[in-house]
Amino acid sequence: MKNTISHRVADFLKSYPPFNLLGKSDLLALSEQIIIIYKDKDSPVFLENDKPHPHFYVVNKGAIALRVSSEKSMVDLCDEGDIFGLRPLMASENYKMEARAKEESIIYAIPIDIFKPYALQNHKVGDYLIASFASNTRNPYSESHRGRLYEELLDPVAPHTPLMDLQTVTYSKKLISCREDTPVNEVAEKMTKNKVGAMVVLKNKLPIGIITDRDLRNNIVTGKYPITVEASKIMVSPVTTFTKHLTITQAQMAMMKDNISHLCITKDGTPNTKAVGILSKHDIMVAMGNNPVVLIKAIKRAKKIKSIKRLRKSIDHLLSGYLEQNIPMTLTSKIITELNDVCIKQVIKLSLKEMPSKPPVKFTWLSLGSQGRSEQLLQTDQDNALVFENVPEEDLQETTDYFLKLAKIINKGLFDIGYDYCPAEMMASNPNWCHSLDEWKAKVTQWITNPGSDEVLLSSIFFDYNVTYGNKALADELSEHIFEITQKYPLFYLHLASGALQNPSPTGFFRQVLLEADGEHKDTFDLKRRALMPLTDAARVLILSHSVKNVNNTFERFDKLAQLEPNNKETFLACSHATKALLKFRTKQGLMHNDSGRYIAIEQLNKEERIKLKRTFKTIRDIQELISVRFKVSNLMR
Amino acid sequence: MINFFRKKPVSHPKYWEEYVQSFEQKLPTELHEIRFVVLDTETTGFDYIHDRILSIGALTLQNQSILVSEGLELYLEQEHYNTDSIKIHGILKSENIYRISEEEAMQQLLGYLGNAVIIAHHAVFDMNMINKALERMGLPKLKNLVMDTSNLYKSTLLTSNLIKKKEHYSLDELAEKFDISRKDRHTAMGDAYITAIAFLKIKSRLKEKGVLRLKDLLKIG
Repeated sequence: MKNTISHRVADFLKSYPPFNLLGKSDLLALSEQIIIIYKDKDSPVFLENDKPHPHFYVVNKGAIALRVSSEKSMVDLCDEGDIFGLRPLMASENYKMEARAKEESIIYAIPIDIFKPYALQNHKVGDYLIASFASNTRNPYSESHRGRLYEELLDPVAPHTPLMDLQTVTYSKKLISCREDTPVNEVAEKMTKNKVGAMVVLKNKLPIGIITDRDLRNNIVTGKYPITVEASKIMVSPVTTFTKHLTITQAQMAMMKDNISHLCITKDGTPNTKAVGILSKHDIMVAMGNNPVVLIKAIKRAKKIKSIKRLRKSIDHLLSGYLEQNIPMTLTSKIITELNDVCIKQVIKLSLKEMPSKPPVKFTWLSLGSQGRSEQLLQTDQDNALVFENVPEEDLQETTDYFLKLAKIINKGLFDIGYDYCPAEMMASNPNWCHSLDEWKAKVTQWITNPGSDEVLLSSIFFDYNVTYGNKALADELSEHIFEITQKYPLFYLHLASGALQNPSPTGFFRQVLLEADGEHKDTFDLKRRALMPLTDAARVLILSHSVKNVNNTFERFDKLAQLEPNNKETFLACSHATKALLKFRTKQGLMHNDSGRYIAIEQLNKEERIKLKRTFKTIRDIQELISVRFKVSNLMR
Repeated sequence: MINFFRKKPVSHPKYWEEYVQSFEQKLPTELHEIRFVVLDTETTGFDYIHDRILSIGALTLQNQSILVSEGLELYLEQEHYNTDSIKIHGILKSENIYRISEEEAMQQLLGYLGNAVIIAHHAVFDMNMINKALERMGLPKLKNLVMDTSNLYKSTLLTSNLIKKKEHYSLDELAEKFDISRKDRHTAMGDAYITAIAFLKIKSRLKEKGVLRLKDLLKIG
């Protein structure tokens, strides 16, 4: 009897240990007994102290977070192919941590009764399990920890600092090497091409020396040797070698001791076996995950969408650290936006490689909405658009098709690294959001000259665009065009201004905070619609009426307005301040609840937070009044 | 002559009687206790009268879980073949798979279904195909409650003047939207699996919108 689903399951499992160690028929037999379980976001798989289930689990899609209740932070994050909840079954004890879906997930439940005989019979599987239990790693970002078994007992010492001693390093497995007689200029070219800072010199596959940027500087640039000198003349020899099981602390110590920046990983850890990889200071810093510069470098080097996804998680890590340390919001948002931008850029670069040909003309990738305003700290939906250079009429269809295809790959890539698809389909892969420059000009002209409520809504999303990738001149030309048209049709400001006043008010008649009346978010405060959007909308219409280009960020817009209108300086600065405070609020809430932070449970805030929140409401009322007076938004319009 | 207008009480085979009896038991009220059967059929074409079912894939969904061992995968013996549709499902008449008669297949399907709630993508088509097969055997139509993932999906989309909703959404579109691998696409079981995962994801999105009960789901889909 044919069973399509068990084949599908087996097909997935076969790429992950220990299932890759099983024979084909054994794996199929096992797959037939599996239960496929769907987990909503935040729903538990098992709780701490639960009796062990008759199954252990493998993540098929999504991510499962493991936590110990005595600790606030996550112990580990399992994603595709990772096993969890096996150890208690083997040891017949209760679960020591809880497992909860961090995002919507599909997991496979594998019956222990059926799996156990394989673990006992097949000694390779048994060995693997023993080794994994023994060398469990805690670094959720390391490549080498895939497929390990979580459920170890935590070290009671300093539970909040990751124990570097236990963490094995992730080294670069792609070994860039040369021979001892390779001319140094070739070495330098190869290093530049591969974007590495060091190269191993091999002789019969054995590492005999290492050349780093520093050696090139000290020996060649200073004029000590000509640039055609053999590699062996300037290499550092002998090489410091280690096995791949080296821990972060060991690596740091070795580098400090010899004042070197690179270690060579060999098969058995001595220079007498084959070199398998290289470990740099940079790799260590990535493993520690606390430096934006290092992260940017790592993102730019990423060759797969999947590796960007993992790096994205370290960005969240960094963000929560910044908030905890009370780093100013302006700086935090700058850094995080920059990191997000780099991620998107890299996705676009990788997507371009997937296309069969180069783009026929220049194009610009625009981020819209909050990403365009550089206010997107947490990952939310993606809003984007694509502008390409004008082409002759007869080529338009073909060119549009090319960019739509490209945009589709990019949108999927962004989805894969964690940006949900825009529910309103405002994405460049939608034919409505992928046009030539002239088509865009016609489109915005249409919006500005016939401002119905849909047009105003579209403009308010689109006009916050920011160039993420590609030709900036195209976007500038479009901006010029927008200013020109809006000058001619001042009525548009009125519509935009009335749009800005249409957001529901944060407070009621008695100055009480208004909560959502129904739906899933009943009795919470909608921070986005009731507090942030009025400010964002106000900043947009005011800055547009001043024809100021290239200032997209809401608080920067208010700062700029304060300069432009000294008599309203106080109001604008208050707005800028309020925006920052609200953004911080939202981000903190979002990180705490692993969501977009949009809805806030007021009763969970402490007194100080409530006062802070309420203070921003007064500012919102002030700016709304200013707008309604300035643009003469009559009550009729509202 | 007296009995001319009154139908003779038709006696149905035992498996049909058992199928009917299973409906005496009321459906549970809690959504996670309800047994759903997600199914898909591959046919020789889209004509309800001439075309025939080639295979049926069905799996049970209960408490957000699918037991792989409890799937039903049937291949049917059919005389009618349509060379055009082979391109899609790849089932050849001469292919060496274990096949059963249409009657045997329906008997197995009814036994498997019981009073479960049926979920299918573009369910009207699958239901019609199955009902036609039952009709050929002199049996009444299926009695199960049915939900269509195409309609359910549509209701998760935003209602806005800016988006034009399509009349129909293909299973491929759903698979893409929800990031479900399209492996085994156009086999009955493969499609049933994609439909099942899509249903779970749709249900979770509808839950956010406050659709929590079977009654509400049935109203939409």
